[in-house]
Amino acid sequence: MRNPAIAHQEKLVEVQQLKKYFPVKGGILRRQIGHVKAVDDVSFHIYKGETLGIVGESGSGKSTLGRVMLRLLEPTEGNVIFEGQNISTLTQRELRPVRRSMQIVFQDPFASLNSKMSVGELIEEPLIVQTNLSKRKRKEQAAALLEKVGLQADDRHKYPHEFSGGQRQRISIARALVLNPAFVICDEPVSALDVSIQAQVLNLMKDLQDDYRLTYLFISHDLSVVKHISDRVAVMYLGKIAEIAPKHALYTNPHHPYTKKLLSSIPTIHTNSDKNTVPKQPVMHQDIPNPANPPSGCVFRTRCPLAHDRCSIEQPTYTEIGPDHYVACHLYDKGGDTSHTS
Amino acid sequence: MPKNINKAYKSPFQLAKERFLKNKLAIASIFFLLFIIGAAIFAPFLTDHDPKKGDLLLIEHAPSEEHILGTDGSGRDNFSRLLYGARISLTVGFSAMIFTLIIGVVTGAIAGYYGGIIDNLLMRLTDLVLALPFLVLALTIIALLEKVTIGIFVTIIAITSWPTLTRIVRGSFLSLREQEFVLGARAIGATDRRIIFKHVIPNAIGPIIVNATLMMATMIIAESALSFIGMGIPQPNPTWGNMLSEAQNIRILRNHPEAWIPPGLGILLTVLAINFIGDGLRDAFDPKSNP
Repeated sequence: MRNPAIAHQEKLVEVQQLKKYFPVKGGILRRQIGHVKAVDDVSFHIYKGETLGIVGESGSGKSTLGRVMLRLLEPTEGNVIFEGQNISTLTQRELRPVRRSMQIVFQDPFASLNSKMSVGELIEEPLIVQTNLSKRKRKEQAAALLEKVGLQADDRHKYPHEFSGGQRQRISIARALVLNPAFVICDEPVSALDVSIQAQVLNLMKDLQDDYRLTYLFISHDLSVVKHISDRVAVMYLGKIAEIAPKHALYTNPHHPYTKKLLSSIPTIHTNSDKNTVPKQPVMHQDIPNPANPPSGCVFRTRCPLAHDRCSIEQPTYTEIGPDHYVACHLYDKGGDTSHTS
Repeated sequence: MPKNINKAYKSPFQLAKERFLKNKLAIASIFFLLFIIGAAIFAPFLTDHDPKKGDLLLIEHAPSEEHILGTDGSGRDNFSRLLYGARISLTVGFSAMIFTLIIGVVTGAIAGYYGGIIDNLLMRLTDLVLALPFLVLALTIIALLEKVTIGIFVTIIAITSWPTLTRIVRGSFLSLREQEFVLGARAIGATDRRIIFKHVIPNAIGPIIVNATLMMATMIIAESALSFIGMGIPQPNPTWGNMLSEAQNIRILRNHPEAWIPPGLGILLTVLAINFIGDGLRDAFDPKSNP
């Protein structure tokens, strides 16, 4: 476990009021008739050396958030400050040298590696793009990194189709780390893998984090995976962060009704053995609302058992309810009706 | 390079090559096409007769030792016209294919990769060209020109057939652009040029090669068809198409099959061979298409 004092160190990444709206076009003239608020006014920061987990259902905008942070998608509004530099205002050309320090590992290990390139070419490519290293140096680094991620140096002559999903994800990780970045976004890196392989890859990522002093943004829909790897966790719902807190606070003392529901939906084998589990609540029946037409006020109110009048009128703001623990819910802000607090 | 490199590790292209080499029909077609190309290139060594020069004393002669396929209506040697005709038919087919390939890949790549207004403009242009019937357009242009050369002919074919290829290339670029490995390349800071040439084109090359090959067969037919109706490469230049136009004469059709069967077979077998090669390439690049 990393030092909790780390939480009071400097911020590596700061996300300020980030928004990403996708236009929805319709009609014969393909006019814009609305937009999907994939990421809607999200702010948070990531401390140097920590892992911030982002959990949420499919469609909650967590992958979009990661892509907008790296400017793989252009943000609609808001800033991303990375190592003190506002990268939202840079042109793609100015951004190129910055990309050296921030990398991404994608979910699908079959789609994220170019199948026409050998493993050596794949791992050396970031070096070709970003550095002037000689061919021999590049080969040495690629070989060293392959061994570091648990493959063999000789594997560099092989092609992605000769590897299993877990091995391919190791290749993706090697490719992301070859430039020695400070910050890595892990976009559901183990969701496509077998459970037995998931633990191996997760432990590899933890080891690499210690060795290379990496900062992770770890996106996943799997609460147990996030619990295993994160220092702090943010819960996303319909493009917004519902609750963000240090891991233990969030898993043992969740405040937002959505977080409570999510945690109670984790399937367990021994129901009574884990004292930390939240009391069971009925699983949600409704689907996540259409992000092109989100509910007014609090976006969660349509599925919230504790919703009251104010929730449909006013958007909740963040209330600090513990050290580094923020929740966006009317049940906890001072002006709110607290009679429903569970 | 380690010694065992050719033993174990095969790139997707090597695998495709192996699959192609297992396709007997395609391999036979390659040999046949090489034979035709060889005959066209070495035509001067295979015959002493000038394909353009007629001998008015030798009109429509039956096959003899001197003229193994007889002579045509202007007293020209049919065998030498067959060999030299292959030159023009293959040159037209091949250059028109290359020309089309260049226009098609460049426009398709621009439209598919950048999208937006450029894509819209290019697609409306392809719609426009696709809406024009090839034959009418070709005949109009040829009728307006005084002299039709091979270059003009190739250009006419290319400017009418690029939209098909543009659409195929655009389609693959559109889907590949959104793939995670392209996003990944952008995430490491690769330039557009590197992404297009290193990541997108290698993954789109299969359908491009297959369609270009099949297109070459169509182009050879287009040349023959136009020459057959007298609107192609003008006499006295020999092409398979204008040799066939001799067969429009009922007397030659009946009495001198040796004058029109060989060029007809030449067109048929060449086009068939190219199509088999195209099919072979398709199966090699996309193993799922042929279980």
